Amino acid sequence: MKLRELLFPLMAVVCAFTVGAIVVLIIGDSPLQVYGLLLGSALSWPDGIGYTLFFATPLIFTGLAVAVALRGGLLNIGAEGQLYVAAFATAWVGITFAGLPSFLLVPLCCLAAVVAGAVWAAIPGVLKARFGSHEVINTIMLNFVAIALVGYLTQYDYRVAGDPIMETAEIGGTAHIARLGRFIPGLPERIPLNVAFLLALVASWLVYVLLWKTKWGYEIRATGQNPAAAEYGGISIRRQIVVTMAISGALAGMVGINEVLGYRYRYYDGFSDNYGFTGIAVALLGRNHPAGVVLAALLFAVLQRGGVPVDAFTQLVSKDIVQILQALVILFVAAEAMFRWRQKATVGRGKGEEGTRQQAPIAGQQASVGKI
Amino acid sequence: MRDIFTISLLFSTIRLATPLVWAAIGGLYSERAGVVNIALEGLMLAGAFTAAAVTFYAHSPWVGVTAASMAGALVALLLAVVCIRFKANEVVAGTGINILFLGLPGVLSAALFLSSGSTPQIPEAELLPTLAQLVPIAPQWRIFTNVSAISMLALVVVGCTWYVLYRTPFGLRLRSVGENPEAADAAGIRVLRMRYLGVVFSGVLAGIGGAYLSIGQSSLFTRNMTAGRGFIALAALIFGKWRPVQTMLACLLFGFADAVTIQMQGVVKMPSGEDVPVQFIQMIPYLVTIIVLAGFIGQSRAPGALGVPYDKEA
Amino acid sequence: MKLELRNVTKRFGAVLANDHLNITVDSGTIHAIVGENGAGKSTAMRIAYGFYTADSGDILLNDEVREIRAPRDAIALGIGMVHQHFMLVRPMTVTENIVLGAEPGSAVALDLRKAAADIRSLSEEFRLTVDPDATIETLSVGQQQRVELLKALYRRAELLILDEPTAVLTPLEVEEFFSILRRMRSQGKTVVIITHKLSEVLAISDRVTVMRDGRVVGTVNTRETNAAELARLMVGREVLLRVAKSPASPGRDVLTVRNLSVQRVQGVSFDVRAGEIVGIAGVEGNGQTELIEALAGLLPESQVTGTISFSGRDLRAVDARRRREIGIAHVPEDRHRRGLLLEFSLAENSILGVHYRPPAASGAGAILLDQKAIDRRADLVIREFDVRPPDPALPARALSGGNQQKLIIGREFELPPVLLLISQPTRGVDIGAIEFIHRKIIAMRDAGCAVLLVSAELEEVTALADRLLVLHNGRIAGEVDPSLTTAEEIGLLMTGGRH
Repeated sequence: MKLRELLFPLMAVVCAFTVGAIVVLIIGDSPLQVYGLLLGSALSWPDGIGYTLFFATPLIFTGLAVAVALRGGLLNIGAEGQLYVAAFATAWVGITFAGLPSFLLVPLCCLAAVVAGAVWAAIPGVLKARFGSHEVINTIMLNFVAIALVGYLTQYDYRVAGDPIMETAEIGGTAHIARLGRFIPGLPERIPLNVAFLLALVASWLVYVLLWKTKWGYEIRATGQNPAAAEYGGISIRRQIVVTMAISGALAGMVGINEVLGYRYRYYDGFSDNYGFTGIAVALLGRNHPAGVVLAALLFAVLQRGGVPVDAFTQLVSKDIVQILQALVILFVAAEAMFRWRQKATVGRGKGEEGTRQQAPIAGQQASVGKI
Repeated sequence: MRDIFTISLLFSTIRLATPLVWAAIGGLYSERAGVVNIALEGLMLAGAFTAAAVTFYAHSPWVGVTAASMAGALVALLLAVVCIRFKANEVVAGTGINILFLGLPGVLSAALFLSSGSTPQIPEAELLPTLAQLVPIAPQWRIFTNVSAISMLALVVVGCTWYVLYRTPFGLRLRSVGENPEAADAAGIRVLRMRYLGVVFSGVLAGIGGAYLSIGQSSLFTRNMTAGRGFIALAALIFGKWRPVQTMLACLLFGFADAVTIQMQGVVKMPSGEDVPVQFIQMIPYLVTIIVLAGFIGQSRAPGALGVPYDKEA
Repeated sequence: MKLELRNVTKRFGAVLANDHLNITVDSGTIHAIVGENGAGKSTAMRIAYGFYTADSGDILLNDEVREIRAPRDAIALGIGMVHQHFMLVRPMTVTENIVLGAEPGSAVALDLRKAAADIRSLSEEFRLTVDPDATIETLSVGQQQRVELLKALYRRAELLILDEPTAVLTPLEVEEFFSILRRMRSQGKTVVIITHKLSEVLAISDRVTVMRDGRVVGTVNTRETNAAELARLMVGREVLLRVAKSPASPGRDVLTVRNLSVQRVQGVSFDVRAGEIVGIAGVEGNGQTELIEALAGLLPESQVTGTISFSGRDLRAVDARRRREIGIAHVPEDRHRRGLLLEFSLAENSILGVHYRPPAASGAGAILLDQKAIDRRADLVIREFDVRPPDPALPARALSGGNQQKLIIGREFELPPVLLLISQPTRGVDIGAIEFIHRKIIAMRDAGCAVLLVSAELEEVTALADRLLVLHNGRIAGEVDPSLTTAEEIGLLMTGGRH
């Protein structure tokens, strides 16, 4: 990622925080105090940093999921549903095969997360490849279906009798993955930051290698950039749609590893704090690049962690300010063109010949929003 | 089984379909103009919160509804500027609006009412009235007027929308802009202005739909009280093939599914003696939409230029 | 109505589309504007219609300077335009399309009955028959064009601009269309017709403006000129280029097509032998695109009937990737749609189609891209085909049309091909690059490659081809020896006339 690429996301973040500050001022509180609390608590040691990295973990996964899909010309709004299905599958394997030794059960659970996410995401992929129905609507619809489905399974089949909470039984002890507190001095093990965070970093690196260093990545990006040209280059667009969605879903599914194997050790209904939707913001802010995704996920995690003390220590501002900031970042990143008005005058449009369409601001993305 | 399919099921269907109709018809104006409106959820939340907050202070539901429609228009204008002026991806911008209204009502109500969870309770006399409260009518017919005035108004809005869309120059222009903006431009239509109007009007209607949730069906605003109704409205719009009457029927179908779910709870038991799982009935609107989109139940053709920003020198 | 463009300049990014244009169209005349693709004809007229705004210069109507910022301004001033790609809303009816923006009745009630009546009387007046209640989608292109004309007439246009109106019409329809134009002129309307077909200019116009490279190179009275003079003005030199080439020495059959039907193509049979160039001439839209895409394996197998064999091997169920593997190279007609990944670097573009196998991909299972090998290939293509600027890291978008085309041809030539399918090889390419590309194609033939060349430029196919097939309405209307046949004879075949 070139340094210049950081400019627009940074401007978007600055604008979002400025508008956020104005909202705080209107409410009658001090933006300095609010932002001070946000950042201060998120960057304290060990709780602040520990929790921030823990919150960043699912966002890295969902951000990568959305980014890979966008690179392939697909808008995956279904990461939320994919991660629910995956988390449930992870828990199901962890409960059902509780007797297995750790070196078998942990990989098996991880596999369940990845496969469940991939399969759930492949459904809208197949629907698009086979029937041409748009993935945006189908992924949104499948989110609700997924949530209802795992809700049903939890409530009727896997809840411990008498438990008033919508959650499954615990997974086998051998399925737990280590919390990082075990390895890092000064970081207490009560902080749920776990090995899944390292997995997220590895996944980011793997996504980078996949997209830019392998022929598969070439095909994903080529399809996203210009499907007709990709087809001309001997790439099957239909196959590519399904494969890209499956990879995207697999990444979203890894949220289940963090949640089930590293944190709650069970499936807990409604655990996701909009991770799937925030993933869209993370991917956009990170310009669909794995390194950018990690940075953006950290920023959003800081906000999430910082929201708690804002609630407690300010007079009027509630922690919902965090969601406002996230939304503003999405809107400013989406409306990136507003930062380009000066560039336009000097560089102009890259118009070659008659009838050539201008490239959309985010590569490969506009094309996918065609017929919904 | 007979206990379920009663007249009260009908009214329950109408009640549950009402916010969907308002939002879906709102979405129709935006999408027929060529702008994807995934923000219906956020627009409804904006309307719901505004209605509850304003009614609390103004003590009049009609002032509340008016304020809700204006709030919806204002938020939709923001969406329109981002999508039309700055050519943002409409789905992404819509998602941004939705997340914004998960947070903004909480922050505002924390500031106004010192409670971020919900707005204060509104006394029953200040909620949106039913028809029976407005029109004097013989008691034996009372049951038929036991629906909200807003529900009846929704019917009028559907009729008007049909007329506007197919029988006025405005409707013709709106449709042309959504189908082929270049052709509309060549015919002298102000494409961007039509799109702004379509999106802003979607905010007005979705805002009223939201108001019905907070000061019609219930008596206060709670966090995320739409619970996905904006998306169901969008689904109804697709299922209704972007046509007003069909869209309303789709809303009624989805409202019916919801009503059945509620009525069955505790009444009908599975053979095993357990409640019928509500989750499966909840899935119906979403599954239906997926099936419709795949072309299994007739083709649903979207407006030709839906989701494509208009840039004439490109 | 008199139209005058005075010193009009329009720039698109780096491209100067209109350079200080001065065009005067007299009232009550039919005025032709001719020029090659990309000469700036459409841009100039789109400025007059308000679709684009000029960077500088004035538009005068009846000697008065007018502000035309959008089509609605032009319409209000009495200008109508029929675009090359029709501006019709396909799911709406003829009436709805015609009245759009100028609706009869009040703001709250659209009077479609009055509209239909108005349209009927208009269509009788100009003999433009079309059903007012039909949906656009159900109409033929000829009928759609009538709707476009009615749309302009309904708005009481005094000046009609027609952009390449005959491109989609059959010869019979062209005749009928011209008589409509003459009728309009006799009723006092002014007509501007943009075209690149000289025969039409001579047949219909009163005056001609010739454009080249964004500039006006001359305006003459049609009666005082001839095709040769116009052609010279259009391309800017006396004799059209003829490439030196030796006679072909064809070898074995490489491509054998029998009774091929797919979409517009209907029962086509022909062979292409090693070491020869077979040209396909024809008016665009007569099946050329579909034929080439079918041969390249880009159309669904289910739509294709008949047989295609390559060196004796049936190509049914051989997909595009496998076809390239066995030596079928394809230079597509539209480089932006098919040929290039505009946001990808030149290096990445240089491996499109061979990206999945060595040398581009290497290692176990050829999964990893070999950056060094890719750069080597890119360098080779850039050097051999003189792609400028020679920077493999640049995005393809940054190149001019000619250099983009050289990149694609270079990539395909590196395959190396046994059979080369090449469509519109020099469309929108500058003169220097045209000669370069022509020489390369002939060199490919001389190296023993079988070449199937499609071009809309008759000059180009006749210059390059050893044998020429003429395609009309999806069928082969005839095969000729281009060195022994006149353009008129070929033109006759192209338009469905008998040989």
